[in-house]
Amino acid sequence: MTNAAPDHAPKYAQLSLPDRIGKAMPLLLVPILVVLGFLSIGSPSSWLTLTVSGLAMGMMIFIMASGLTLVFGLMDVINFGHGAFISVGAYVGISVLLGLESWTGVPSLLLNVAAVLAAVIAAMCVTGALGWGFERVIVRPVYGAHLKQILVTVGGLIVIEQMIHVLWGPDEIYLTRPETLKGAVTFAGAAIEKYRLLAVVFGLALFVAMRLVLKRTKIGLIVRAGVQNGEMVEALGYRLRLVFIGVFIAGSALAGLGGVMWGLYQEVITAGMGEEMMILVFIVVIIGGLGSVEGAFIGALLVGLLQNYVAFLEPKLALISNIALMTAILMWRPQGMMPVVKAK
Amino acid sequence: MSDPILELTGVHTDIAQYHILQGVDLVVPRGGVTMLLGRNGVGKTTTLRTIIGHWQAKSGSLRFDGADITTLPTPARARAGIGFVPEDMGIFSDLTVEENMILAAASGPLDQARLDWIFAAFPPLRTFWRSEAGNLSGGQKQMLSIARAMAEERQLYLIDEPTKGLAPAIISTMAGALRDLKNKGASILLVEQNFAVAKALGDTAAVMDDGRIIWAGRMAELAGDAALQERLMGLTMEAH
Amino acid sequence: MLTNLISGDRPRSLILTGLLLAILLGLALAPFLFPGVRSLETAARICIFIVLVASYDLLLGYSGIVSFAHTMFFGLGAYGVALASTHMGRGYDALVVGAVLGAIASALLALLIGLFSLRVRAIFFAMITLAVASAVAVLVSQLSGLTGGEDGLNYSIPRELTPAFKLGSLFGVSITGKILNYYLVFFASLALFLVLLRVVNSPFGRVLQAIRENDFRAEAIGYRVVFYRTLATCLSAAMAALAGSLFAIWLRYVGPDTTLSFEIMLDILLMVVIGGMGTMYGAVIGATIFVLAQNYLQNLMGVASGATEGLPLVPQLLDPDRWLLWLGVLFILSVYFFPTGIVGRLRSED
Repeated sequence: MTNAAPDHAPKYAQLSLPDRIGKAMPLLLVPILVVLGFLSIGSPSSWLTLTVSGLAMGMMIFIMASGLTLVFGLMDVINFGHGAFISVGAYVGISVLLGLESWTGVPSLLLNVAAVLAAVIAAMCVTGALGWGFERVIVRPVYGAHLKQILVTVGGLIVIEQMIHVLWGPDEIYLTRPETLKGAVTFAGAAIEKYRLLAVVFGLALFVAMRLVLKRTKIGLIVRAGVQNGEMVEALGYRLRLVFIGVFIAGSALAGLGGVMWGLYQEVITAGMGEEMMILVFIVVIIGGLGSVEGAFIGALLVGLLQNYVAFLEPKLALISNIALMTAILMWRPQGMMPVVKAK
Repeated sequence: MSDPILELTGVHTDIAQYHILQGVDLVVPRGGVTMLLGRNGVGKTTTLRTIIGHWQAKSGSLRFDGADITTLPTPARARAGIGFVPEDMGIFSDLTVEENMILAAASGPLDQARLDWIFAAFPPLRTFWRSEAGNLSGGQKQMLSIARAMAEERQLYLIDEPTKGLAPAIISTMAGALRDLKNKGASILLVEQNFAVAKALGDTAAVMDDGRIIWAGRMAELAGDAALQERLMGLTMEAH
Repeated sequence: MLTNLISGDRPRSLILTGLLLAILLGLALAPFLFPGVRSLETAARICIFIVLVASYDLLLGYSGIVSFAHTMFFGLGAYGVALASTHMGRGYDALVVGAVLGAIASALLALLIGLFSLRVRAIFFAMITLAVASAVAVLVSQLSGLTGGEDGLNYSIPRELTPAFKLGSLFGVSITGKILNYYLVFFASLALFLVLLRVVNSPFGRVLQAIRENDFRAEAIGYRVVFYRTLATCLSAAMAALAGSLFAIWLRYVGPDTTLSFEIMLDILLMVVIGGMGTMYGAVIGATIFVLAQNYLQNLMGVASGATEGLPLVPQLLDPDRWLLWLGVLFILSVYFFPTGIVGRLRSED
């Protein structure tokens, strides 16, 4: 019995062609939307401008959404207070920039970048620390209870937003971008704002880095495995709680980074900006599939592009275009585009 | 046999409002295979999950390798030397076979000698090393789940129905691997419905009913006594 | 007879019974007990919010579903009355048509959202309602041709319901149309509340609670969980719309800030939690305490803020505009330490 060689032929369960197309379909949606945009806009230069700003917006939303979707996937925690980190990040980052006016006001690339870097680091440190506190105080007591989680994290959102008013005053803050990030470059007859270009490049780099961490490092493997089957990860000897706290902190810091970038993009910040962005973030996380980083990335690009195209074609519809997108995708895939296969 | 690897004393476990384990007393001797037998729904899986810590015992105590582990969290129990192969195999299906194995080696990089041993026991894992585990066949997934437990030295393996739903040829591969594991000196607590496998592998046995251990003794004694099987499990296992 | 009216759902606490009776009497006799425009405003607000909060409790407390679109339905009802009164001209028929259409539109919209989100995961519902509600709020302020935009709509209601209509005086209080309007609001609210009480104590309400406790089990027993949850959502939306219609009739004005804002949504959440989730009476207690506190505590904060002017940060923390800050803190604390609310606490003491 023991020496019998395995006489079954190893057979790889191949996916059928339609299955494989179905799996890749979400990846095709972005180029399809870009082409549709080109056909309906007509003017190539307007299309290029809109596409770049759509991609820039999408990248920023992705940065804000990535942490939220992982936090949900790992611990089944839905954090309605995530938007608070966006606002706090923006306020901290912009305050640093305003304080470094001597660096941002001169047309020196080096000084400008140094100032932005300082702002980003400060914002990410503060929001990361805030995330750590938020997890301990607000989220930890309500694990496993969605209803209470939603209520309590909404409470946390209000408190943090109000504290911004207390600390920075009730009015919005206007700002100008550092000198070298102002203005636009002309390409193929289209004016493309430098800052948007930078946001696209930066967002893309961040996405690639995030994917590398998730695919190539052991901690990344633990996170991906934990999203699928946390119990088994623990049974293998990993302390998933610690990993989760780490992801929560990283996700909060990324939200803060997104806040700084969004503030520089809009050139105005308000305490309520995080709450407004949360609407888009939620749409992105839902259509991407809860727990899926790739899904959130594609979802964010779709939302950014669609919003910009529609705003150009029919401004009044821009606001509901995202709701329409969400509806369409949920009709197609009720769990979102790339839902994580849960073991439970 | 004087110093058991695992000892459960009066363990009670609730799942939601259901009282599943109602005072389990179980001794798993060091070395060899202990079979955990009984009809469906008597608490075998819950017993294993309580030992690894997925369910917390409401009362009673668990001792592993001389230390009290009753209140330890799951990861600490795993690092103390308990390996767990759940009934649903717990494969990370979006990860490749390789990634599954890398994770299984929790304390460091994969050991090449162990890997060769694993490949010898389960050749398909070498073939599909870089494939997504979710695309493996049922038998191959089961091989992976056992292989993961073999990736690092553990003192005690908790294995839940490793032959469920498998073809006879793969069952014998599985049994061979488990025997291999035992010969390396590990202790195994095995839940198994296939009596041929149980008889071939088991050194000792414990039979559960209604959330308690109702009989414990040598596997050979149980296997040779049809009347005893009838009394303990309501059916002769030969009929399986 | 009385037990029948409250559908056999007794307060089950002596103090609670007393409080409820006091609130009922206070509201019923408000124009005579507390004469004055401001107190009448407060009383009408309490009536309307009791219905609004009770209808929300049907979702949150009885079905375990979190929605952020309740103000959207409230607003739909209010805009229904406003639009009907604007386009059909002043009249009772406009009020009825507006209220009915608002309720139907709300129920349909809730059905649509429910079909999309509830069949997947209840948690989708919270996120999707948030997204839809904010889109609708923005849409309403954008479509200024139809809705009056940020300014909202002013319109006329039948003269008998306005202060211009004078009937004489009773117990020294001059009876105007405003007081008639108040009684319309009061009795309609009372009726709607009793209907809600009946709903939660019906077999339907018990199924909802069974689903809330264990949806997997309820499904296994054979209840179509999605169907029941969706129905509860629709019912709750229609009730919220009717409360909105009453609000529109009372104010003779609708605008995005008074009916659709996220802030009102938070107020509702807070009232439910403070009063006690899953007990209709909690809505009565929660709404009453909250509206009273909102009207009178904010003044107090202003005084305190002025008195602490020299100190760092304290005046800002106590600024009446920071009212929400303290609500948020209170909210978190109540969810942690007071999850059964006032009603739950009172009942457990008896």
